[in-house]
Amino acid sequence: MMRLAIATAALMALAACGEKPQTAAGVKSDAPAFQGAENKFVAPGWKPGDKTSWEQGLKARAQNTQNEYSKTK
Amino acid sequence: MARMKFVCDAERCIECNGCVTACKNENEVPWGVNRRRVVTLNDGVPGEKSISVACMHCSDAPCMAVCPVNCFYRTDEGVVLHNKDICIGCGYCSYACPFGAPQFPSQGTFGVRGKMDKCTFCAGGPEANGSQAEFEKYGRNRLAEGKLPACAEMCSTKALLAGDGDVVADIFRNRVVQRGKGAEVWGWGTAYGSKQAGQPPAGVKS
Repeated sequence: MMRLAIATAALMALAACGEKPQTAAGVKSDAPAFQGAENKFVAPGWKPGDKTSWEQGLKARAQNTQNEYSKTK
Repeated sequence: MARMKFVCDAERCIECNGCVTACKNENEVPWGVNRRRVVTLNDGVPGEKSISVACMHCSDAPCMAVCPVNCFYRTDEGVVLHNKDICIGCGYCSYACPFGAPQFPSQGTFGVRGKMDKCTFCAGGPEANGSQAEFEKYGRNRLAEGKLPACAEMCSTKALLAGDGDVVADIFRNRVVQRGKGAEVWGWGTAYGSKQAGQPPAGVKS
């Protein structure tokens, strides 16, 4: 009984020592990338504002420009 | 979409510094600031390896945790960015970062260190996407243009991969299977968690 009481007291005392999860999001005020850019350098093949189209465009670009096995094997 | 990640394939990196040059050119990074660097491991020893290092946009970013003014934020794609209008140039993030990513331009009108500057995954900052104001403070916003970071797209041997975490992991996995070696990815576990793929076997130094 005494041991349980000590364990409970220790648990309560140490509870404040736990580290908070570091998931701070900070100040977020940025427009999402899929909204497109205000310049003339936007790559063709996707529709600014359409998230799915942007994601598919980036995935295709990653495969086309970085995976040479898709061309040679 | 999974979150954006960098992978550097040490088996392929030839230390050409093309990624460093591409980054500096694309973002017009000032003298004294290198958002990306090529680091040689075991320099001079047979079997030395080179890797390209910049901000890895960590899943649990230490820079965000230590910033006293909370200037960092994470985009929906997992890119860690910061607001230079809030940054006070204290340098805490520089001490916290395991990759040495935060840079402090010495030539500026603000304080001794200047405001922190780092790799943005070519995703700009809080200003309007692709605007001149954003370019002057953070560089190009290639993600909003539907492109991937310039460093990875310009990599001559495709050692540096950037993009959707699932896609780059798939490309890298395929390479490892094809060549039968070089599964270690330096920094992957540190940046994205130790339980993910790419970790070297226990006891093996990557």
